[in-house]
Amino acid sequence: MEKPANQARLVKAPEHFISQELIADINTNGLDENRRGFLRKGFMSALGGAAAGLTAPLAMAAGEGDVFILEKQEWQTTLGKNVATMPYGMPSIYESNLIRRESPGLTRVSAASVAFTPLQGLFGTITPNGLHFERHHQGWYNVDPDKHRLMVNGMVKNPRVFTMNDLMRLPSVSRTHFIECGANTGLEWGNVAVPTVQYTHGMLSCCEFTGVPLKVLLEECGANLKKGKFMLAEGGDGSGMTRTINLESCLNDTIVAWAMNGEMLRPENGFPLRLVVPGVQGVSWVKWLRRLEIGDMPWASKDEAVHYIDLMTDGSHRQYTSVQECKSVITTPSGGQQLLDKGFYNVSGMAWSGRSKIKRVDVSFDGGNNWRTARLETPVLTKSITRFNIDWVWDGSPAILQSRAIDETGYVQPSIKALRDVRGTRSIYHNNAIQSWKLDSNGEVSNVQVG
Amino acid sequence: MYKLDKLTALIGFVALLVLGAQGAFAQSDSSKFPGIGRHATMAEVAAWDIDVRPDFKGLPKGSGSASKGEIIWEAQCSSCHGSFGESNEIFTPIVGGTSKEDQKTGKVASLKDNKQPQRTTLMKVATVSTLWDYIYRAMPWNAPRSLSADDTYALVAYILSLGEIVPSDFVLSNTNIAEVQAKMPNRNGMNLQHGMWNANGKPDVNAKACMNNCTQFVQIGSTLPEYARNAHGDIALQNREYGPYRGSDSTKPPLQKLPAGSSMQPKSVAVADTGPAALFKGKNCSACHAPNAKLVGPSIEQVAAKYKNPADLAMLSTKVIKGGAGAWGAIPMPAQDVTAAESKALVEWMLSGGK
Repeated sequence: MEKPANQARLVKAPEHFISQELIADINTNGLDENRRGFLRKGFMSALGGAAAGLTAPLAMAAGEGDVFILEKQEWQTTLGKNVATMPYGMPSIYESNLIRRESPGLTRVSAASVAFTPLQGLFGTITPNGLHFERHHQGWYNVDPDKHRLMVNGMVKNPRVFTMNDLMRLPSVSRTHFIECGANTGLEWGNVAVPTVQYTHGMLSCCEFTGVPLKVLLEECGANLKKGKFMLAEGGDGSGMTRTINLESCLNDTIVAWAMNGEMLRPENGFPLRLVVPGVQGVSWVKWLRRLEIGDMPWASKDEAVHYIDLMTDGSHRQYTSVQECKSVITTPSGGQQLLDKGFYNVSGMAWSGRSKIKRVDVSFDGGNNWRTARLETPVLTKSITRFNIDWVWDGSPAILQSRAIDETGYVQPSIKALRDVRGTRSIYHNNAIQSWKLDSNGEVSNVQVG
Repeated sequence: MYKLDKLTALIGFVALLVLGAQGAFAQSDSSKFPGIGRHATMAEVAAWDIDVRPDFKGLPKGSGSASKGEIIWEAQCSSCHGSFGESNEIFTPIVGGTSKEDQKTGKVASLKDNKQPQRTTLMKVATVSTLWDYIYRAMPWNAPRSLSADDTYALVAYILSLGEIVPSDFVLSNTNIAEVQAKMPNRNGMNLQHGMWNANGKPDVNAKACMNNCTQFVQIGSTLPEYARNAHGDIALQNREYGPYRGSDSTKPPLQKLPAGSSMQPKSVAVADTGPAALFKGKNCSACHAPNAKLVGPSIEQVAAKYKNPADLAMLSTKVIKGGAGAWGAIPMPAQDVTAAESKALVEWMLSGGK
């Protein structure tokens, strides 16, 4: 086995990539985004030239040091941008690869589709609002909050109407929870189908949601919670999306929410109001929420009677399968990624459970034969994403990386084989199997299934 | 004077009544949260409370024949769902895969034998109320809530006749819908016998957390097919181009060995998402027009093939702004919120085949 490199590699700098004209222009007019772009482009092409074996004069003899240390950079020698140049900030232009993406061929029309969160590039537990996954049934709208209403009716003493002004005056809570589409990882029920964790697990986000507890609203309206065990939540979009909520199970932690990570919900995520049903699949977190009806039986609305149902091997469907069971995935490294070199790596991932808190995560580097327990990073919250990390020295030989989460109910995340033994292979929803990533000796990570 | 006083009093009383009504409208009667929310009026509840449950609670009176449903279907539904509800072009098929035998048992046999390539709506749906509710609240897809109750009865009747659940001259109404329910092919096909409806439910799988020597040998059962390597575009451009974990260049075969020794070079500098392609997506043109498959409207390819005359550019640019009657089917194109310059750029881009 070769020793891993133990010092930073020196990258030779291509010099003189800036033309005299550009230098003169910068001296006269200063730097703006356009000129920065030129600098970058000039530098890249010079770099490419050097790599192609052209003999560019070096800044200094090899071994003397890193040109990015030895030479001054434009960002330390010129004036930067003013405050509020971007009044609502954006990520660095160097982060532009990490965006929500659709999976080509998954749906035919974009207004009834999914855009996946780039889990391969996220840190910690919170999903940035601009990267929260999107799934719409009939397109999204910028709903005017001043015209938005929430109605509560059905088995209540006082059917009531609330405006956003009303709702935002009520006592609110802020809680961090994951939201996962019931179909997340559904593409992988039969076999490996997609290359990266963005597409295998990216219908998953985790945010701090702020809103009024559902219970407060229902009590305010005099809901009959003895006979009314179910609630219909209805959206204000074209699909008039409806879902039955099992109150017995969800009443205590459901929130009627208007905020996400400190700002109002984004339009793609239900601005100005959505339901937050912790632990339950995303389709029940009705967006553009406009009506709550209390009733004494489930509604069998379209998505709970035709789509979000699990086909079993005997041809029967299980209906109202709502709970998202304990699950985890390694996000770095993950499918489609490339390691540059052998040596030490921090292997990191996410774990979550719709029933409770994460208790433990184990990681295997040999396809599930031997396991080591990972570090859980705080906070470890109920029905929320927990970040795990584990140290690893890669010796350059092929490996299969897996993570296995255990929640506080004692539930252990199963293998894909164990799940298929019970649910067959033609299901779409609730695939919470252990994910395997194969690392080859060329440093490339790919999606595989073990067993 | 007495009379006048009486009149004044009457006016005052009426004014009080009106005020009182407005007061109830505008204010809360809550003691816990005074000033928050108000009563919903009966008209308001009626306007929004349109859901229909499996026991038909909420179903409005009305009726519609399958033959009337066929006319509405052809005009408003068939472009997405096919003439016989069998299309798999835009949404999964509605009709197919059910038999007379299924209507007797109430369980769809083709859900078990896997012979049907797609699970259709009629194979899965257990309750006819579900069809009624969804069509009434959300269809047609690009003009939801535009159907009357009678239209909806007619459409449900037509769909059921395509599935041979009712005869083609059937008239569905609120009074006979329960009889239809008794013939739904998959009415007994759903169950709640599982632990995933309630948060305290019992899971159906629970693994053991073995730590060492857990398996004899590791067998890889499935890998990413070669053709799928680049099916989602260049993975290198979907990852950071710095840091320890880069994206693989999926446009090329895997590397022969570790890239150590030569640095991986960034492939991209951020490019702003502008131009007609972004406009096409941003203005939601892609909801109806795909690159080369007909959706609600013609594909970009079809448009480019049809309009070759230089004068077409101006004609189509105007049509985008004003909207127009369907030249490719019954569904008209709605007017688009674009400037003249944007419309011209969009049409030029489409006529060049979206390049």
